[in-house]
Amino acid sequence: MNLTLKIWRQKNNSDKGGFKDYKLGGVSKDMSFLEMLDVLNEELSAKGEDPVHFDHDCREGICGMCSLYINGKPHGPQQTTTCQLHMRSFNDGETITIEPWRAKAFPVLKDLVTDRSAFDRIIQAGGYVSVNTGGVPDANEIPIPKTIAEMAMDAAQCIGCGACVAACKNASAMLFTSAKVSQLALLPQGQVERKTRAEKMVAQMDAEGFGACTNTGACEAECPKGISITNIARMNREYFSAVVSSQNV
Amino acid sequence: MSWVSKTLKSTLGQKLLMALTGLFLILFLVVHLIGNLQLLLPDNGESFNLYAESMAQNPLIRVVSIGNFAFILLHVVYSIMLSRYNKSSRPIDYAMSKASTNSSWSSRNMGILGTIILIFLLVHLKGFYYEIKFGEMPMVDYEGVTYKNVFAIVAAAYSNVLYVAFYVVAMGFLGFHLSHGFASAFQTLGLNHVKYSPLIQKVGFGFAIVVPALFALIPIVMYIQSL
Amino acid sequence: MILDSKIPEGPLAEKWTKHKFNVKLVNPANKRKYDVIVVGTGLAGASAAASLAELGYNVKAFCFQDSPRRAHSIAAQGGINAAKNYQNDGDSVYRLFYDTIKGGDYRARESNVYRLAEVSVKIIDQCVAQGVPFAREYGGLLANRSFGGAQVSRTFYARGQTGQQLLLGAYSALSRQVANGKVKLYPRTEMMDVVTIDGKARGIITRNLITGAIESHSAHAVLLCTGGYGNVFFLSTNAMGSNVTAAWRAHKKGALMANPCFTQIHPTCIPVSGDHQSKLTLMSESLRNDGRVWVPATVATAEKLRKGQIKANDIKEEDRDYFLERKYPSFGNLVPRDVASRNAKYVCDEGRGVNETGEAVFLDFRDAIKRDGKDTISAKYGNLFDMYQQITGENPYEMPMMIYPAVHYTMGGLWVDYNLMTNVPGLYALGEANFSDHGANRLGASALMQGLADGYFVIPYTIGDYLAQNPAGKIGTDHQEFQKAEKEVKERIQKLLGIKGEKTIDHFHKRLGKIMWDYCGMARSEEGLKKAKAMIKELKAEFWSNVKVLGDNEELNQSLEKAHRVADFIELGELMVDDALNRNESCGGHFREEYQTPEGEALRDDVNFAYVAAWKYLGEGQEEELVKDPLVFENVKLTQRSYK
Repeated sequence: MNLTLKIWRQKNNSDKGGFKDYKLGGVSKDMSFLEMLDVLNEELSAKGEDPVHFDHDCREGICGMCSLYINGKPHGPQQTTTCQLHMRSFNDGETITIEPWRAKAFPVLKDLVTDRSAFDRIIQAGGYVSVNTGGVPDANEIPIPKTIAEMAMDAAQCIGCGACVAACKNASAMLFTSAKVSQLALLPQGQVERKTRAEKMVAQMDAEGFGACTNTGACEAECPKGISITNIARMNREYFSAVVSSQNV
Repeated sequence: MSWVSKTLKSTLGQKLLMALTGLFLILFLVVHLIGNLQLLLPDNGESFNLYAESMAQNPLIRVVSIGNFAFILLHVVYSIMLSRYNKSSRPIDYAMSKASTNSSWSSRNMGILGTIILIFLLVHLKGFYYEIKFGEMPMVDYEGVTYKNVFAIVAAAYSNVLYVAFYVVAMGFLGFHLSHGFASAFQTLGLNHVKYSPLIQKVGFGFAIVVPALFALIPIVMYIQSL
Repeated sequence: MILDSKIPEGPLAEKWTKHKFNVKLVNPANKRKYDVIVVGTGLAGASAAASLAELGYNVKAFCFQDSPRRAHSIAAQGGINAAKNYQNDGDSVYRLFYDTIKGGDYRARESNVYRLAEVSVKIIDQCVAQGVPFAREYGGLLANRSFGGAQVSRTFYARGQTGQQLLLGAYSALSRQVANGKVKLYPRTEMMDVVTIDGKARGIITRNLITGAIESHSAHAVLLCTGGYGNVFFLSTNAMGSNVTAAWRAHKKGALMANPCFTQIHPTCIPVSGDHQSKLTLMSESLRNDGRVWVPATVATAEKLRKGQIKANDIKEEDRDYFLERKYPSFGNLVPRDVASRNAKYVCDEGRGVNETGEAVFLDFRDAIKRDGKDTISAKYGNLFDMYQQITGENPYEMPMMIYPAVHYTMGGLWVDYNLMTNVPGLYALGEANFSDHGANRLGASALMQGLADGYFVIPYTIGDYLAQNPAGKIGTDHQEFQKAEKEVKERIQKLLGIKGEKTIDHFHKRLGKIMWDYCGMARSEEGLKKAKAMIKELKAEFWSNVKVLGDNEELNQSLEKAHRVADFIELGELMVDDALNRNESCGGHFREEYQTPEGEALRDDVNFAYVAAWKYLGEGQEEELVKDPLVFENVKLTQRSYK
């Protein structure tokens, strides 16, 4: 396959940045999208040009490090992570536009690399059960109905890639935040801190500058792990009931 | 900052207000439609005029109507605030976007739809509400009692084909606004459940078609009658 | 040099309990006066950082990824072992200990492995308390599945994403401590060197991967939780960023590297599809619970298959060779990884491989789907099947999967004593970065167990013993050793940037990988290893004269990051070859062709090689010194491992 790649290049956070076109030949259908970029980078490096920087690590679709807004969609045309996207999803001669995630809360560091530490801070605000190591009851002393455990797992599958934010027209982080709020709200272990957690995580989400949710459902449609917006509804419930009933004045 | 104002300043709090005011306005649409459908009764407007008078006299309705205006205002003000905030959350837009593959057009354009509906609303209020309340009204007698002939004003307005067309088109936009807004309000309130959400979706879809269609029917029928 | 492994006296089952009593303690009020550096935020690092911060120590946690949650522990799929015996099928701490020792082909320390089995039960309790959504039965209690090398069901799992859920659990605990101000987090920061003062580890030098700033961080103890070095093979199931740099720099500062040649080749990976391949993808071992491994019975049939004249489903039952079930009737498809991998290699070497390259065997779910229904199979393995289809473009519900072994885990690592401390005082190694628990072969679902055991339940006790004997109080970074180390790091960076050669970094990495895979992979021989050693030396010289590293230090520079890592992999590769050459026996993942039983199984030499080979760095260009740490087996009888 021969491709034209229209890639966002930006030297650093303060650089204005812009698109640059690259021609790439000899692309195999069996390559993953990132391997295609590896080939481009090998060519650029050989020529002495700065390779295109992009985040990636596990290349198994689970670490959530890869991103890329490909041809107008986060992680490209398939509902998967970019590392699991293969070139068989593209056609010979196609022009592929590659952009970084765009959100105020995800500033671009270089080329296609963005800073997603806002997600870490949302989790730090309350995405945990406050138990210290040791001194916990036997695992089977906390029976959990299978259906509830499954629902919690559905939410817990989030890989924190940020595709939801990238897809949302408001750059909202509701799906990410709600996935963690939901997981812990569903499980008995999460009950103790349930109200405070919802309040704090929502507050942090807002403080990071993510937009509000307008229920377009784009996040769910683009989430590589298929996290459902029922989690957002659950977070709303959690939050509203928390603010009216918690002890936090 | 008190917890109330803190909540109302949060994105979720603002969304809550949008949903609650939206649902109230949806309810208002139903009541308004039931009343207005009396325009189509073959009694030369008598039931409608009596209905209009009873509404004007009922103190409860007066309170509700003030509330209604307040809710419209809140819905508008908060939508502007949220839209501006949301816009600022993505300072640099994508060069290429295929949003149509992941979400409906109306869900992404509620602001535009809402603005058009607001313009309609202003014209509508000027044309009827203001006229009825403060304008020179023709009067009519039923069994010795004199009433404002609201029907006559409406009939006069709906004999103008441009006015009718404007109404019909506006109802189309209302339909699109409702097609997202109805179910969305429930989602915002946290009412998403595997058993009930499919029903809410269906009712919302039906509502978004039937209610604006019936509203649009009134000027169309009255225009035809005027010919 | 003599290594003191500090194994406590007394009966095996009492060693840890006694040791916990005997170690010195740091008073709760004094803990806040001690600083601890944790490098790496995977299962071992995140759990250690969180647990130490909970105790009151000041922790600095470093990772090269953009978030601690990305560490490669996240990719572990199948599960985590624990001797809970919830299934009432005869499991016990002793059985888990025994299975692990035997699975490791008797090249691990009894005391460490027993402790691992002992604390395994607490790990599950801890993770559940954190809200890890493990799979459950309808009654609400925890579910288990079985894994290779064990005849009991003791593996806890969260669909095919157990590593992810456990890591997110540890990450949440870590995040809580970040919020509490007890952990300071340094993401996108790479450790470049360890700083030792008067023989003790006192800090590290780091490079900020965004700005390129070289910085010094001091502490009373340094924990390396930096994972394995499988990427020395270029192609492995490790993440692209997984590297040996932290461990290797520690090694060059005096820490011994133990059993570096012990690498695990995982049997169920998706086969290589072409030269462009950047990494290999693992399919969880749990698939072998229901999938049957086979190749055509004859070379002729295999050839037809490779040419595309027939399809897998056209091959009749009697023309299939379920070679694992045939050779190992009692364990069948669930033999340990080394055995499964080696046998896949044998049948492919015979010419019975099933894909175009001839390097693949089938993993077939036809019978399981017939028996349990598609829905059941999908519920168990759905995400793995989807992943397979995504990568290969084939539907595993209809066509058997194709798999081939790939480098997956490294049992070798920094030498540590019973306290997980390297021979450098104050420098610890946890998780895959150390060598301690898996011997020559790791059993499935045991890596997660070890990482969390080390971080949650071992280091919080053992670190106190060291710290209590060292004065508290601030350690500054103005000591000349910090300045010296910083200077060396900067010089090395300038040297790499200054070579301005012709060849890209990946060019060298790929060449190194091929040498390692061909000569130090699934089968090794003296001749091949000697050849490999010469080739690596040549490669190293060429790298330092002809590599092209672009850009500057003062920016986000992925070329420079990679160059550092590859330079270290080359040196490590040479040591792995030395270690494989030295070990004139076959054991677990280390298979020397000269040493095998008539049936082609690994032939150990317990008389001469029942020791940990720890290697001491003596200086640039010098051969490393072998230090033997003898393995004493008081509780298990060393036998020929049999899974027949």
